[in-house]
Amino acid sequence: MTRVLIVHRAGPGVTLQDQGRPGYLGFGLSRGGAADRLALAEGAALLGQGDDLAAIEMAGLGGEFEAGADMRIALTGAPMRASIDGTRIAWNASHALPRGARLSIGGAEQGSYGYLHVGGGVDLPAQLGARGAHLAAGVGHAVQAGDDLPLGDDPKPGEVGQGITPLPRFDGGTVRVVPSLQTDFFGPDQIARFEATEFHRDTRGSRMGVRLIAEAADPLHSDTGLSVLSEVVVPGDIQITGDGTPFVLLSECQTTGGYPRICSVLPCDLPIVAQAQPGARLRFTFVTLDNAVEAERRAAAHRAGLCSGLHPLVRDPHDIRDLLSYQLIGGVTAGTELDQEKAQT
Amino acid sequence: MTSHPAETGPQDATGWPRIRTVGVVGLLVSFGDQLTEPANRAALALRAAIEAEGWDGVEECSTSLVSAYVRFDPLWINHSDLQNHLRRLLDSRDWYQADLPQGRRLWRIPTVYGTDLAPQLSEAAQAAGLTEAEAIASISGTRVRVQTIGFAPGQPYLGALDEAWNIPRQKTLTERVPEGALTVAIRQLVLFSVSTPTGWRHIGQTAFRLFRPEADTPFVLRPGDEVEFQPTTPEKLAAMRQDGPDGGAMSEKIT
Repeated sequence: MTRVLIVHRAGPGVTLQDQGRPGYLGFGLSRGGAADRLALAEGAALLGQGDDLAAIEMAGLGGEFEAGADMRIALTGAPMRASIDGTRIAWNASHALPRGARLSIGGAEQGSYGYLHVGGGVDLPAQLGARGAHLAAGVGHAVQAGDDLPLGDDPKPGEVGQGITPLPRFDGGTVRVVPSLQTDFFGPDQIARFEATEFHRDTRGSRMGVRLIAEAADPLHSDTGLSVLSEVVVPGDIQITGDGTPFVLLSECQTTGGYPRICSVLPCDLPIVAQAQPGARLRFTFVTLDNAVEAERRAAAHRAGLCSGLHPLVRDPHDIRDLLSYQLIGGVTAGTELDQEKAQT
Repeated sequence: MTSHPAETGPQDATGWPRIRTVGVVGLLVSFGDQLTEPANRAALALRAAIEAEGWDGVEECSTSLVSAYVRFDPLWINHSDLQNHLRRLLDSRDWYQADLPQGRRLWRIPTVYGTDLAPQLSEAAQAAGLTEAEAIASISGTRVRVQTIGFAPGQPYLGALDEAWNIPRQKTLTERVPEGALTVAIRQLVLFSVSTPTGWRHIGQTAFRLFRPEADTPFVLRPGDEVEFQPTTPEKLAAMRQDGPDGGAMSEKIT
């Protein structure tokens, strides 16, 4: 019998996501995949499984789920209010979800994209080599009430009660960028102004890109840039539209574009942009290509070491200081959490 | 620090081809800053050659109008080694003389010009200095070539049209054109594979589905393919739409 996760209710931005579909750029299909790939890796570490499995991405709002069989879950990315059968559970952690149990996930308390991972991954048939939805391209569809999501075989049933400390990325911050093809169209004064400006994430944003607003700043512009040939676009590119508004392009962006790009965000810093909640402050700072590659190297090492950074959720009393720091970083504030976790695990 | 050039490596006297970085994990080889047939062929041929080389660390390649793009893992192969590979490949032949890809096809796609299905025909014809009838004759009588696939899945940029069609994009965007919309600007046609806002003028409507994610061949057109947009009526198009995703289009091999 197929093991399923039953969906009773889902927010409008709930989709299945994975590492996306590399290999189709030349056909006009961008890779897509999870808006915050680090959150995929964190969930995989919590469940002790590969990060190539599909998880449920929840933009801003979660949903109501029911276990059709005993299963394990993990929650990562933007912290959301979550409970099992009415008992609050920790974010950035793995939990048992016994058959018949109800998992409720509310709105994001910080950040934009939360992730629900299941042991064995969600095992819908792959399309063009991946299971995730690419809504801009019309591949796959949103997760909806009434869906029964089939699960893959769980490699480690029963292993739950682990926590992970996420890299901070849910409230904006400073984002590293490198020059791109058209940086020179803007001139040194505009580049300096771009670096000095504090932007806010607009409420308008999607898996394709995030709009930035700057208060009390002259709009950026490039006269040369408006007449160039359409050229390759990659996730992380910051394009400046005709009215001077910067857009940071994300995983579901178009593959070519005519708007000039002022710079490109380091892949390892892109989750900071994707996760910034509306209104969050973002600044951009240029780094050299060598520094960017070194940052990517450190990020890859961090991902590879996630498994060894797990900590058990149930703590001895002498661990209380560490537990407090975990709670602060995770954004989970319920004071009675320790007892509730004990009851769950 | 502020800007430093994304461009790297030596150039010849003309400055082309140029190798530039795209973000942290991409290199772009461009054969010009304007769309010309030799530069377009060079980009297509170089991409095929890069894929044939199979360098370790290269993850995927694509082309835009006059450039070949390489995405790679810089933790596997560093920028300067990959640039050296590319430089050697560039020096190995005259890419501007390259042939078009093999296995090209000619497509004849039924198209309704104007009517309320494609409301900007008269506006576009006026911008080109033509009557509507002249505009339809000009576009349907030109066999255009797929210069690149991009922006959205399976979506072709086609050209080149007569010089009269060197008209700019609109200053303000059309809120939405439907899938299968044929649009024009800057001596090119774009046939839309998705419904989207655009600055290109909507002059024709087809029932041709460019992207079929459920099919064995999800992307129908390839760079180098040629297309004729043959006039038809709204009634015939509606009937052909019922016949399947080709919307009445026929193809044959170009030999």
